[in-house]
Amino acid sequence: MPSSDDTQFTIEQVRHLASLVRIELTDSEVEEFRSELASILSHIDALAEIDTTDVPPTNNGADLLNVKDDDASRPSLPREQIMANAPQREDDYFRVHAVLDQS
Amino acid sequence: MTTSTDQELLSITLADGARRLRDGSVTSRQLTQAFLDRINATDEEVHVFVTVTGETALAEAAAADDLLARGDATAPLTGLPIALKDVLMTKGVRTTAGSRMLDNLVPPYDATVVSRLRDAGAISVGKTNMDEFAMGSSTEHSAWFPTANPWDLERVPGGSSGGSAAAVAAQQCIASLGSDTGGSIRQPASFCGVVGLKPTYGRVSRYGLIAFASSLDQIGPFTRTVEDAALLLQAIAGPDPLDSTCYDEPVPDFSAQLDRGLDGLKVAAPQEFFGDGMDDDVAATIEASLDLLAANGAVIDRSPSMPSVPMALPVYYILAPSECSANLARFDGVKYGYGARGGESMWSDMEATRQHGFGREVKRRILLGAYALSAGYYDAYYLQAQKVRTLIRREFDRVFAEHDVIVAPTAPTVAFKQGEITDPYQMYLNDIYTIPANIAGLPAISIPGGFGADGMPVGLQFVGQRLDETTLLGVANAYEQIARWPTTPSSNVGST
Repeated sequence: MPSSDDTQFTIEQVRHLASLVRIELTDSEVEEFRSELASILSHIDALAEIDTTDVPPTNNGADLLNVKDDDASRPSLPREQIMANAPQREDDYFRVHAVLDQS
Repeated sequence: MTTSTDQELLSITLADGARRLRDGSVTSRQLTQAFLDRINATDEEVHVFVTVTGETALAEAAAADDLLARGDATAPLTGLPIALKDVLMTKGVRTTAGSRMLDNLVPPYDATVVSRLRDAGAISVGKTNMDEFAMGSSTEHSAWFPTANPWDLERVPGGSSGGSAAAVAAQQCIASLGSDTGGSIRQPASFCGVVGLKPTYGRVSRYGLIAFASSLDQIGPFTRTVEDAALLLQAIAGPDPLDSTCYDEPVPDFSAQLDRGLDGLKVAAPQEFFGDGMDDDVAATIEASLDLLAANGAVIDRSPSMPSVPMALPVYYILAPSECSANLARFDGVKYGYGARGGESMWSDMEATRQHGFGREVKRRILLGAYALSAGYYDAYYLQAQKVRTLIRREFDRVFAEHDVIVAPTAPTVAFKQGEITDPYQMYLNDIYTIPANIAGLPAISIPGGFGADGMPVGLQFVGQRLDETTLLGVANAYEQIARWPTTPSSNVGST
């Protein structure tokens, strides 16, 4: 991989991104992803050279806007079937670590 | 191992199967049992199925036979065994998306396509392997095992829907469903020598498809024939109140143009689809197909230029990771799937969940997407990619103003060896000819187009106009009827 591209993407940036997306990474993963992302970005950078003055963005795959659902009630999924997939439950609650600090 | 009668059953099409079930020359139980036996005999070599649903399939086959015997089998696919990519939610049947994150997920509901296939009478024999969360081009990035190519077990079947493509090529089912975000139906269809169709974005409901990149994902069929692709699309297409990106358009008869022929057909072969990067054997095979089209009445126009099309790959590798970084945020280890516990806090549990639950390719794309969407880079990457997406759509519109369809190779190479491609970007280049149709939201099909190096299949791709799958299927069928390439390896896996 070209070293000039490698230097554009730092270890600190990878760590920051990983914290944003809540993925724990090992030190070796951080270094591997740094190198791979730098390489991928070096191929993507050609995009910047395209003149897009006055070109509107395409936001979705179809040209559909403001599709509305009928304002009608319908049954929800059975609670037990939903809860059956919980990694950890307590009665009908999902069990997780305390979200708020107790102190 | 298999008798000649079984062999004949295994090569059946949906269209033939529907006829034979009604004339009584075969029962759904016989058909279903033959495919389950075939899976049993071959899957230790091909590694297609994450889950086989043999018992329910046989029970459904028995029910189908009752309907057929009473003459009440009005549903078009009654009693016909198919397989489903493991990214489609199936009520009560484990659905993993090829990820440790969903090792234990048993969905409480069916994807819309699954309930529609059920309504159409089809019988699912199981869930097929895939690259994790549909990210990959080789089905080597499944958390469970790599799938092999039935034409050469040392090679990959393509991906991400490699299991669904290999299942049809290995005669483990009559047809299957996959999903295509950047080529994940068409490229494995090309590698495995079968038919693979990506419908127009918005033609088929995505409800219950585990999301990868929501503005690009589309579900479609793998089949042995173009006629079968039309039948399967007919069963799954159409508006769905549960998917607001689904077109509210009436569903046409997709088989209406199957006999249209090629006479006077205006075919564009844009220069950018025939440039650098294509292997010589693929190029020669595609050229022979163009000659065949021309010799049978099509007018091939090589003059169109689509200068923004080479930018489709970089556009894709901004948009798809960006959308995936948002979509995969839902896997937090709380409500379903894998959840690490025992950390110091909610955050450390969540970070450990995502560390262990996701594979490398998925993590890489989430990080890339987060980067493209982050403050200071959003305009340069994400917004710029959306603008170039508009340019690519406009170029397709210009070509379709003067042509009926676009012809192109499906993939730049034949199936490569397992483990051969390790550089992520080299792997991404597999989809260079398929991604443009996803970016523009257009329907596209890969059909068998001959054979390249080492006798491996080469796919021929046609791209059609928005919502005009009918013409696309008609053109593809015309080529198929002329070329008649085999869709199953002659030296069958499981024959020893």
